[in-house]
Amino acid sequence: MYALRRWSVRHARGLNAFYRRFEAVICGLHPLWKRIGYARLERPVAATERLVKGTLFDCKMCGQCALSSTGMACPMNCPKNLRNGPCGGVRDNGNCEVQPEMKCVWHEAFSGAQRIPGGIEKLRTVQLPVDRRLTGKSSWLRVARLRAGESHEL
Amino acid sequence: MNFEDEPVPGYPLPILPGHTSPGRLERVLRAGQFAVTCELAPPDSADPEEVYQRARMFDRYVDAINATDGSGANCHMSSLAVCALLTRVGYAPVMQISCRDRNRIAIQGDILGCAAMGVCNVLCLSGDGVQAGDHPQALPVFDLDSISLLSTARTLRDEHRFLSGRKITYAPRVLLGAAENPFAPPVAWRAQRLAKKVEAGAQFIQTQYCYDIPLLKQFLREVQDLGLLGKVFILVGVGPLRSAKAAEYMRTHVPGVHIPDAVVKRMAGTKDGAREGRQLCIDIIQEIHSLPGVSGIHLMAYKQEDSIPDIIDRSGVLRGRVPWYPGRATAEATVNRTFS
Repeated sequence: MYALRRWSVRHARGLNAFYRRFEAVICGLHPLWKRIGYARLERPVAATERLVKGTLFDCKMCGQCALSSTGMACPMNCPKNLRNGPCGGVRDNGNCEVQPEMKCVWHEAFSGAQRIPGGIEKLRTVQLPVDRRLTGKSSWLRVARLRAGESHEL
Repeated sequence: MNFEDEPVPGYPLPILPGHTSPGRLERVLRAGQFAVTCELAPPDSADPEEVYQRARMFDRYVDAINATDGSGANCHMSSLAVCALLTRVGYAPVMQISCRDRNRIAIQGDILGCAAMGVCNVLCLSGDGVQAGDHPQALPVFDLDSISLLSTARTLRDEHRFLSGRKITYAPRVLLGAAENPFAPPVAWRAQRLAKKVEAGAQFIQTQYCYDIPLLKQFLREVQDLGLLGKVFILVGVGPLRSAKAAEYMRTHVPGVHIPDAVVKRMAGTKDGAREGRQLCIDIIQEIHSLPGVSGIHLMAYKQEDSIPDIIDRSGVLRGRVPWYPGRATAEATVNRTFS
C-alpha cells in the first residue's frame, strides 16, 4: 500500500534498528532451520515474508532484499527496477517519470537513508544485477544460510 | 588534432600507453583538449546513406558522435548498426546502450560485437520507460540498470570474462561512459551518484541539457569535494532551444529537463526564437568552457542538427582545432594550398 510504504520510509530508522535485531535472531537460529530443513521452510517463510514486507514496503519478493541499503524504500517498485539510484528522469516535484503520481522510489530512498545511521554510505554500495531465479523466494532464509557460510542452493 | 599514426579509415588507431581504447575521443580527452561530442538521431530507414548524411552535417566540428538507442523509447535503426556504419568510414561513434530493451545476454554480446566493428566508446544508460515512446505496449526489460551495466562492461573489458565467468579470448577495448543529470531531484545526491558510477567503471559522463549554470557549478564543487575530478571526464550537455514555447514544453513534458524561468523569459522576449536559442546555447557553451573540471560539451540538437557547425564556430571552443572527419587530410591540404 502506497501510504504505508511512505510511512515506512519516514520510520526508516526504527525499522532498520528492528531489522538488525530480527536478522541476528534469524541467523542465530540457523541450526534449527537446518534441522527442520530449509527446503521445507521455504514456502511458509516466503509467505510470511511476502505478507509482512508486502504490507510495509510493497515488497516485490525479488528474493535478494536490499531494503536496509536503500533507506527502507523497495527499489523493485521503481518501474525500471533500478537498484543503484535514480534515473535522470525524476520530475521537479520528485515524482516518477513513468508513474507521475508516485514519488520516485530513489527520492524516497535518499530521504530514508538520511534517517539511518550510515545509510548514505550504504547507498553508495554498487548492487549487482538481480538474480532472477530468486524471485518469490525468502530473502530471510537466504541471509541466514549465507551468514552461516553455506552456499545458497536454488 | 593530427595523429601521426593516422590509419586508413575503418582501421583502428594503436592504443596509446595508459589508454583503454584505440579511440579518437579518448585521445582528445586525455590530451586535455576541450572535446565536442554530439548526438545523431538514427533514421527510421534501412538506408545507410541516411546515416552518412546525418553524420556529414557534423564534419569538422565534433570529436565523436553518439548513436542513440531507441531514444525516448521510440523505434529507430539500432545504435549498434549506426555505429558499425560510422566506423566503416572512420568516424568515432559513442554507442549508447539502454537497459530497456535487452537483457544481459544480448547486451554483453552487443558490447563484444561493437568493439569488433571498431566502436571505441560505449555509453551505459538505464533508458527511458516504454510509456514515453511509440510502443507503450512493449515489455520493459530492465534486466540491468545503468550502474550494473557499467560494471558488466568493465568485467568484459578488464577481467576478460562474461558475468557468468566464461572466458573471453579478446576483450572489448572500449572507453566507458555514463549519463548524469545534475539538475534532477534529489539534487543533493547527484554528485554521489556520479561517484557510484565512477566506482562502477565510468570514465566519462555526458550530462542532461544544462540551462542552469549555478546548479552546474554547485554540482562540480561537490564532484571536486568527492575527489572525482581527474578520475572522470565531464562533458556537459547543451542544445539550442527553438522558441519560448518549445522551452516551456520541454520543461513541463520532457522528464529530467530543467529550464529556469530566466531562460524562458529571455526566449520570450525576442522575435526570432531560433536565433536567440542559438545565441543562448553559445553563451552557455562559453561559460561551461571557462569552468574548471569540465572536459567538453555534448551537443544535442534534435531536428536542429544543421545549427551545430554555426554554434560551435561562434562559440570558439575548438580554438582552431579541426576534429578528424573522412577526407580531412585531402580537404585541409587543399585549404592550405589555397591560402599559401
